[in-house]
Amino acid sequence: MNQPAYIVGAFEHPTRKAPDKSVAQLHAEAAKGALDDAGLKLEDVDGYLCAGDAPGLGPLNMIDYMGIQPRFIDSTDTGGSSYLVHVAHAAQAIAAGHCNIALITLAGRPRSEGSSGLVPRNWGENLPDAPFETPFTSVTVNSYAMAAMRHMHEFGTTLEQMAWVKVAASHHAQHNPHAMLRNVVTVQEVMDSPMISDPLRRLDCCVVSDGGGALVVTRPEIARSLKRPLVKVIGAGEAVKGPAGGYFDLTFSAGRWSGQRAFEQAGVKPSDIQYASIYDSFTITVIMQLEDLGFCAKGEGGRFVADGNLISGVGKLPFNTDGGGLCNNHPANRGGITKVIEAVRQLRDEAHPAVQVPNCHLALAHGTGGTLSGRHAGATLIMERE
Amino acid sequence: MSSDQNQISRHQPATSSEQKPISYTAPRILGDQAGFWEAAKSGRFLIKRCKDCGKAHWFPRALCPFCMGETDWEEASGRGEIYTYSITRKALPQPFVIAYVTLDEGPRMMTHIVDCEPESVRIGQRVKLVFKPTEGDGPPLPMFCPASD
Repeated sequence: MNQPAYIVGAFEHPTRKAPDKSVAQLHAEAAKGALDDAGLKLEDVDGYLCAGDAPGLGPLNMIDYMGIQPRFIDSTDTGGSSYLVHVAHAAQAIAAGHCNIALITLAGRPRSEGSSGLVPRNWGENLPDAPFETPFTSVTVNSYAMAAMRHMHEFGTTLEQMAWVKVAASHHAQHNPHAMLRNVVTVQEVMDSPMISDPLRRLDCCVVSDGGGALVVTRPEIARSLKRPLVKVIGAGEAVKGPAGGYFDLTFSAGRWSGQRAFEQAGVKPSDIQYASIYDSFTITVIMQLEDLGFCAKGEGGRFVADGNLISGVGKLPFNTDGGGLCNNHPANRGGITKVIEAVRQLRDEAHPAVQVPNCHLALAHGTGGTLSGRHAGATLIMERE
Repeated sequence: MSSDQNQISRHQPATSSEQKPISYTAPRILGDQAGFWEAAKSGRFLIKRCKDCGKAHWFPRALCPFCMGETDWEEASGRGEIYTYSITRKALPQPFVIAYVTLDEGPRMMTHIVDCEPESVRIGQRVKLVFKPTEGDGPPLPMFCPASD
């Protein structure tokens, strides 16, 4: 980026179940945490970004609730990848002089509200695709399952290989006191967990958790005046992929396009990346995104993740060292912000010592929002420790 | 069948074919898609094709998603091949096979594979259209069952 922006505040709400809190409260608590982390005050905020998890009209309700007066707002909603898009948009707004300090928040209570990946979402009455999809009980899990089934068919990806993604996440989650699932699991335990939607079993699926997170993005001069390690955004990409009039290939995601844009902008290549936060709504999501981002060839993702290759200190590409959505947290059914937060921890040398990547100075965070075999958005960020 | 076998079968979970059929929600009928559902009521399976570029698409739109040309209805063969599928076991009381089928006309569409054992479904399998009723006075939904061709 010509005028890079810096992530100076990052906060993951510690709660995983919040029956007695409101969604707006969780947003505000996350915002306070991120501003405290940055060493900034509420009145410093002049940019605000949120997505569809924010109540009501998003920015209008949250700006009033929190008491901020931004001159730049953005409520782009690409599902769980929104917050990676927000970091990129904040950086662009800062570079264009529209704001100096941008706050991004996410929060939700799907666990308390009884949400499930097995229930069709209601997106309103005017969706043109819904009449041809909703009656077929098209839900989150079978959308990802159909992509997994095609991947297995074309490339020979196995159930054991998918299980390795969960095993790696669980190895990391054991060190995270806030993680929902802290037990280390084996490939066999994943294999033995109940089938939900073939080929995805219960342990191939991420957790449903209440919680939230927030990020603060600012310009170089302000970042250098603060006391936190400097995490610079050097590349970003966003892309949308859908059924495209009925002519689509389910073996790749929008990450193929967003990743290429981010790497081009950053001027680095996948083999340079020391740590990767990869959206893990399901185990297959990780395998496909690793291929799409260029960490391995298309079709090689299953072999790439096997045998602990994603485990920090063991494999070649440490991923989701907080335990990810598979074991730690998936607040508001949207995992994008926690992907950025753990990458920031790694670049600041603030991850748990058991999973910290030594001398981590280049990290990637990638999100997939929406449904993998339906309409989804990929968003990629590449960040550097300065 | 011997009495021993009867005893075993009573203790086994019912297969999908013995379970209560799925009650399908009627689709919401949107303006530019009404022609599809009207034809479905009389057992005809229509797709849209562009008058300008000549390409068929799914789901039906008033304007072509490839060139924004005007589109026309045409009766499709109702034949195709399974591109991918998943037996969803936990969303409804009974398991069902959700799938994308590649129509012989080109586009892929979401559907259910029905009138067969879920475990027998395979990628690449040839299938043919069968309309299944929906709740109330709703139009039938386009689904597919195994075909011999």
